[in-house]
Amino acid sequence: MSTAIDTPAAEKLTKKALTADHPTWCPGCGDFAVLNIFYRVLEKLQYPHENIVCVAGIGCSSRFPYFMNTHGIHFIHGRALPLATGISLSRPDVHVFVFGGDGDGFSIGGNHLNHAARKNIKLTYVIMDNFVYGLTKKQTSPTSPIGFKSKTDPTGSIDRPINPMRQLLASGATFIARTHAAQVKHMEAMFERAILHDGFSVVECLSECVMFYSGAFDDSWPKKGGTFETIDEAQHDVTDETAAFKMAENLAPGKFGVYYQVNHPTKNALEQKWIDETQSKLGGISQKEILKKRFEAMR
Amino acid sequence: MSSVSAPSSSSAPTSLRNAVIRFAGNSQDGIQSIGGFLARLAGRTAQEVMTYMTIPSTISGGPSIFQVHLGSGEVLHEGDEADVLVAFYKHSYQNHIGSLRKGGICFYDTADMTAEDLKQDSGIIHIGVPFTSATVEAVGGSTRDRGKNMFVLGMVCAVFNLDKEKLVGIVSRQFGRKDESVLRNALLAFDAGFAYQVGDVEKFAFVPGEAPGSHRISADGNQMMTLGLIAAGVRYGSAYPITPWSSIMETLRVELPKYGGIYVQAEDELAAVAMTIGAAFAGHLAITGSAGPGLSLKMEALGYASMAEIPLICVNVQRGGPSTGLPTSVEQSDLMQAIYGSHGDSPRIVLAPKDVEDCFYIALEAGKLAKKYSCPVIILSDQALSSRIEAFEEPDLDKHWVEPELDLATRPADFKPYPLDAITRHAPPGAKMAGGKYPIATGLEHDEMGHPSGSPKMHTLMTAKRRNKLVQLSKELPLPEIHGDTSGDVLVVGWGSTFGPIKESVTRMRSEGHKVGAVHLRHLHPMPAGLGDLFKQYKHVVCVEMNDSGLYGYGQLATLLRASLADPRIQSVCKTDGLAFRIREIVTGVEKIMTQA
Repeated sequence: MSTAIDTPAAEKLTKKALTADHPTWCPGCGDFAVLNIFYRVLEKLQYPHENIVCVAGIGCSSRFPYFMNTHGIHFIHGRALPLATGISLSRPDVHVFVFGGDGDGFSIGGNHLNHAARKNIKLTYVIMDNFVYGLTKKQTSPTSPIGFKSKTDPTGSIDRPINPMRQLLASGATFIARTHAAQVKHMEAMFERAILHDGFSVVECLSECVMFYSGAFDDSWPKKGGTFETIDEAQHDVTDETAAFKMAENLAPGKFGVYYQVNHPTKNALEQKWIDETQSKLGGISQKEILKKRFEAMR
Repeated sequence: MSSVSAPSSSSAPTSLRNAVIRFAGNSQDGIQSIGGFLARLAGRTAQEVMTYMTIPSTISGGPSIFQVHLGSGEVLHEGDEADVLVAFYKHSYQNHIGSLRKGGICFYDTADMTAEDLKQDSGIIHIGVPFTSATVEAVGGSTRDRGKNMFVLGMVCAVFNLDKEKLVGIVSRQFGRKDESVLRNALLAFDAGFAYQVGDVEKFAFVPGEAPGSHRISADGNQMMTLGLIAAGVRYGSAYPITPWSSIMETLRVELPKYGGIYVQAEDELAAVAMTIGAAFAGHLAITGSAGPGLSLKMEALGYASMAEIPLICVNVQRGGPSTGLPTSVEQSDLMQAIYGSHGDSPRIVLAPKDVEDCFYIALEAGKLAKKYSCPVIILSDQALSSRIEAFEEPDLDKHWVEPELDLATRPADFKPYPLDAITRHAPPGAKMAGGKYPIATGLEHDEMGHPSGSPKMHTLMTAKRRNKLVQLSKELPLPEIHGDTSGDVLVVGWGSTFGPIKESVTRMRSEGHKVGAVHLRHLHPMPAGLGDLFKQYKHVVCVEMNDSGLYGYGQLATLLRASLADPRIQSVCKTDGLAFRIREIVTGVEKIMTQA
C-alpha cells in the first residue's frame, strides 16, 4: 500500500474529525467526560492528525482508542505502557497517549508503570480510576477501599488499597496530577499540562462507575455534597517531592491538581544522544559499510 | 585424527586431515579464549572448524571445557572422541580422560598431578608438562594462574605446526585493546609454550585446506544471528537478559545506535515483547528474543501479534527445559511451544537455522517473511549454535543487505487494515489517511476495518484469513535438499543444530552400504508442501531430535509430521542428556530402526 497519492490539504483538527465509533460505555459513566475533554484539548493543540496515537490495554476505559479517530492500538491487559514505550522511542515524530484503568495500571501492569516512569518515556498516560473492576462486573480493584463489597469480597475488601499518588511519586514519574471526571475545567487544564510536559506525564482521573461503584467520588463532588479542593501552587512547590508525598498522605478525598513536576532528560533524548555520539565517530560511512567493516574484523 | 601418511620419525611431522583437541580446566582459566584463537586461525588458513564448550551455570568458577575440531575437509560436528586432551587439573583429567580415543595424547599439568594419578594401560600417551611453573617462569612471578592458557596455546601451535605468525597476529589483536603489559605477558607465555620441548612426541601438520573463497570469517551462532538481523533491516526491539540469549541483546544494544536504532533492556519478558510490538506497530522491523522460560512469558503477546497481524521477529535460543531446566545445555524441546504456544488459533511462522553460518541467513529470511505475511516469526536457535564457533565464507552484503524503510505514504480512501481478500499491510502512525478514517490494530476479533466483531461468520473468516497466509507460504517454500540417496532404506529428518552430525552420520551409514538420505527442515511452521511424496521414496523415515520421545514414543517434530502426513513409518531417535548428538548415537539409533522392520 505504498502507492503515493495526493496528500490532502492540512485539515483542521475538530472534534468531528477526531470522533469515531459511539462509546459503548454505560450511560452516566465518568469516562464520557474524559473523552470529551481529550477531544477539546486536541482541538486546542492542533497536532497533525496522522501523528496522534492512542494506546490502551484491557478494561472499560481501555476501549478509548475505538472512540478516537486517530491511529490506535488496543493491546493486551496491563501491557499498554511498554507497547507505548516501543512506539515513543522508535517514533519521535508522533504523540503517544495511553489510556487505562486502575486494574490495568496498578494491578496487572503495575511493574510496567514503575519502569516507564523511571525511564521517563515521552508520553502521556491517563488512568481512569473507578476503584472497581467494571468490565468483568464488580470485583475488587487495587484501589478499592477497605470494606468495599464486591463479588470477590462479599463481606468487604480486606486488602489495603494502593495510594496512586505515592506510588507514582516513588516510581519517579516526572509529571503527576490528579483530577476528577466531573470537574471538566480542571481536567482540561491537567490534560493540557500533562501533554505539554517533556517526559512521562501521568494523570489519575477519578471516574465513576455508575453500575458497580456508584457514589465512589461523591466526597470530592460539590454537586453531591463533597468538597473539591484544588492544589494552590503558590503554597505547594511542585518540584518538592517530600511535600508531594506529604500531600498524598490522605486521598479520601485529598487534593486535586499537580502534585509533582520536574524536568529530567527523557530516555528518548538520552538514547538519541547516544546515537548521535556513536554515529559521529563513524565518519559518515553508509550503514552497509559499517556492517562490512564488522565482518572484516572477523576474518 | 585421520592421518594421510604413515607416522614418521619425530623430526618430520605427520600429515593430518583433522584433529579434535579438548581443553579441560576451570571456567576462569581462559580456555574459551584459546579455543576461540584456534577457531579464528582455522578460518584464516582455509581450514574448517567447529567448536564445542560447556560453561557451568554458576556465577564464576567450576569445570569447563572447550573442544576444537580442526580439519582440512568439511567439519560437520564437534567430534565424538578427542585426539588430544589438555588437562589443566587432576579433576579435568579424571572427568575427561574417557573422551580421549585410544592412542590419543594427553598433556597434563604436573603442578596438579603426578604419574600415580594417570590411568595405566590405557593405550594413551601421557605427557606431563609444567604449565603452571613454566608460565610463572616466563611471565615472571606474580601471575600464577594467568597465562597458563597462552602457554598451552603456544605448545599446541608447536605440536601441530600451526601458522605461528598468524596465530600471534590474532592474539595480538585481541589483547592489543587492553593494557600493554597484558599483551606482553600473553606473548611471553605463548613463546615459552612454543619453545617447550614436549619430548619424543609425534609432531603433526595439517594438509592444506581445501575450503575455497576469498574471505572466510569465524564466529559463533549468536554473533551471526545478530548481524543477520541488522542486515535484514532490524533497528528496534527489546529484550530481557537470559542465558543463552543474552549475547544477542548485548550486541544489539551496542551495535544498533551505529545504525540509528535503539535496543531496549526491558523490565521483564512481557514488557520486552510489548515494546517490540510497539516498534513494529510504529512501522519498523523489530525483534525480541529469549530462551525457553522467556518464550513462555511472551506467549500471550505473540498470540496478540498473530491476531492483530503485527510483523515481528522473536528469537528463541533453546536450552534444556522445562522450567529453569538446564540453562547452559542444549535441547530442541521448544518446537511445540514455538508453533502452538499461545491460546486460541494463533498462526505464526517458525524457522530454525542449521548451523552457525545459517543463523545469518535465517535472520534475513525471518525479516522478509515477517514483512510479507505480517505475522510473528519465531527463530529457534539453540545453546549449541549460540556458542560454538565455525568458519565459513563471509556473507556478500552487496547481495543481502536490506535497507530499512518506514512507509508513511498516504493511504487511499478505501484502505482497510484487515482486508479479507489480501494480506494485512498496516498503516503506521504518521501515515495520512486519504479517506479521513484512521485505523486501529486490535486483539479483539474484528471486521475488515478493525472494529470489534463478535459475529460467528466474521470469526470464521478472519481465522481463515490468518491461517491461509501460512498455507500460501507452505506452497511457496522449496522442498529441502536431499543429502545422500534420493530413495532407499531410510530418510533421516532433522532440524536445527543437528544438521552437521546428521550429515556426517549419513555419510558413515552409506559407506557401510546402506542407502540413506537426509533432509533438514529450516521451515518448521509451515513446512513445505510435498514432504509426504519425498518421504515415500524411503522404506523408513527417522526424525533425529534432541527432545523427549514422550508418552507415545515420538519426538516433537516426528509428532507433527505423523499428525500432518498420517505416515505411520515416521519414527524417532531422541535424546535428552543436554549434549549435542554424537555420530555413533545417530548411526546406532537409525540402524536399530532399520533392522527392526
